[in-house]
This record gives sequence, structure tokens and C-alpha cells, in this order.
Amino acid sequence: MSRRPLVRECPPTTWYFRQPRYMRYMSREITSIFVGAYCVLLVVGLQRLADGPMAWEGFLLALQSPASIVFQILALVAAVYHAATWFNATQKAMPIQIGEGFVPGKLISGAHYAAWAVLSLIVLILAGVF
Amino acid sequence: MTPLKERLVQLEVLRYNPDTDTEAHFQRYEVVCQEEWVVLDALNKVKADIDPTLNYRWSCHMAVCGSCGMMINGEPKLSCHAFLRDYEGVIRVEPLAHFPVERDLVTAPDDFMEKLKRVKPYMIPKEKKPISEGEYKQTPAQLMKFRQYSMCINCMLCYAACPQYGLTPSFIGPAALTLAHRYNQDSRDGGRAERQEVVATHEGVWECTFVGACSEVCPAQVDPASALQQMKITSSLDWIVEHLIPGGKP
Ligand code: SF4
Ligand code: FES
Repeated sequence: MSRRPLVRECPPTTWYFRQPRYMRYMSREITSIFVGAYCVLLVVGLQRLADGPMAWEGFLLALQSPASIVFQILALVAAVYHAATWFNATQKAMPIQIGEGFVPGKLISGAHYAAWAVLSLIVLILAGVF
Repeated sequence: MTPLKERLVQLEVLRYNPDTDTEAHFQRYEVVCQEEWVVLDALNKVKADIDPTLNYRWSCHMAVCGSCGMMINGEPKLSCHAFLRDYEGVIRVEPLAHFPVERDLVTAPDDFMEKLKRVKPYMIPKEKKPISEGEYKQTPAQLMKFRQYSMCINCMLCYAACPQYGLTPSFIGPAALTLAHRYNQDSRDGGRAERQEVVATHEGVWECTFVGACSEVCPAQVDPASALQQMKITSSLDWIVEHLIPGGKP
């Protein structure tokens, strides 16, 4: 009997349409574009700050344009989604064993959320929001 | 006793005969099944009553041997664990994705077997001792550290679910890497450095982008994705120790 196995290729550009879980994965990957773009925006802001008060005022003004506000909202949603999926994953990457048992995963992820909340609060306080 | 409920089940099964076909095609079967049956039962009925030429693998019929993996409606499943009551309409049955099709629903597992070997999935004792000195002892806590990762039944569903393996077949893949982790985590084992030569490479854990599909489809709750992420952390720590700490050895 001949052995002639049939190879069925994985479609290189459309594979993520095959299953909803792949789409979920891709949507998470895509959030990093927004997170990256926002980092670039921050760097540009720093540059403007270094250029002097006039440049800085101009930068702040540009941030208030409708297109900029839409981008910032999208970036915020993307960053929150990215962070949440990351925190949910921490329990898999960092299990904590105590004796024969494991610390519940929810507690590990929860600790990350708590740290996130505290750090955000500190940043907001430093920024003079309160 | 109430009579068991019967149901006409429609199966669309991928067929491929290496002796006569150049491509695979779907074949439709209609077969009366009991509502409680699993997809494997339906296939067995087809083979017994309609078409004896249909090929597929199975053995235990109880989700233990890991040989009956198939794509059922596009999802990697053990066909002995895929209950007909969970499916409506035509049930599409295909061989496991990402593996060459040997014949009909039978795939060639050669690549997986090769990769399993490469990660040295066996105990490499820290210190060899003669049998006269007795067994290598372990506490229950030490056992729990790796127990979950030892439950793998080598069904390869995780490989069929992993798009990285589909796109980059040189990837060692979820189950083999998880087994490496299982032995690395074992208090009696001293083979981690040897396994790292395969694990901490581009074909090893660094090919994984944490899609997480492996863990979602695993029928034995092994959670390969968690093993791989843990190995990425320890491999990164190795790198830091080796490159950033003078005289450091991982
Ligand atoms: S890790 Fe799970 S899905 Fe993968 S081969 Fe083992 S039992 Fe099957
Ligand atoms: S027949 Fe053994 S796992 Fe399905």
C-alpha cells in the first residue's frame, strides 16, 4: 500500500476567520497598535515640552481636536482590553503553590487589578485631578 | 424502562484515499442514532451498516487513549467525547487540522512523535543511584507541582487548535513542550538544562504567541498554554542570569 499523505495547508492570511477564538486573539493583538500609537503620542508630547511653552500649548490644543479625541477614546478602550486580558492571563503564567494546593487564579489576577487601580489613583493624584 | 430516543443524524465526512484520490472530498451519510450517542458511535454505525471503507482511529471509547481526535464542525474534539445532543443539523467531520491526512479521518502523527522525542520526555535523574538504594521519593506537594501536566493523553487536539503550529510546522508545539515542563517541574529530575536546548529556542516556547486555543480544546485539562508561559518566564530568567550577571550560570 502506498503512503501518500495529503497535506492541507493552513491559510496564511485568513486563518483567523476559522474560529471565533482566533478572532478574539487577533482583536487583542490589534489593540497593541493603538497602545503603541499612544506611546508615540506621549513621546511627541515630551518633545513639544522640550521645545518650549509655545510648542507645548500647540500640542495641548491639537489634543483637543475631534480626531484626536476619537483616537484617545479608541486607545483607552484598546489599552483597557489589552490590560484586562493580560491580567486574566497572569494566573496561568504565575501560579502560586502553597503546600499541596494552589492559590486561586482569581486572587492572582485580582491582585493585578488591585495594583492597577492603586497605581492609576497615584498617577491621577500626581496629575492633580483631585 | 423508557425506550431510548432515536434521531436521524446527518454526517458530512471528509474522505481521502491515497491510492486513487489527489484531493479530499466530503461524503454525506444519514444514519439513525440514539440521542445519547457520541459522534464516534455514529461513525461506527456508518461503518457497520453503510460504508465499510470509512477509515478512522479509535480504541478506548472513554476519552483515555487519545486516538479518536477529529475536527467536528471545525473544532478539535475527541469523537468519543462529542455528544450528538450538542449538535444540530449536519455534523461536519474532518481529520485533525495541521496534520497530513493518511486516509479519510486518519492523520499521520509522525511529526508529533518526532517532537515528543526531542524534548526528552522522561526522567533524567539528578543523581543516578543503584536500585539497591531504593526509590526516588517525593512528597505530595512535590507531586502537585507537575501533576496536571502529566495528564496528557497525546491526543494532539492542541496541535490541531494551534494556529502557530499550522503556520510554522517546525514549532515543537503545546503537548511536547508541556511534557518537557512536566519533567522540569519534577523534584526527582535533573534534565532541564538538556531540554532547554530545544525548549528555549524559536522553535520552542518562543514560537508561542499565547493564542490559548490549546488549553481551550484540551480534553484532559492539562492547560498547555500555562506550561508554555511559565517556561517563557524561566527561560527569560535564565537569559538574564547568563547575560547580565557576571559569572552567572542559568
Ligand atoms: S495537552 Fe491536552 S490536547 Fe494536547 S495532546 Fe495532551 S491531552 Fe491532548
Ligand atoms: S477512543 Fe480513546 S480517546 Fe476516544
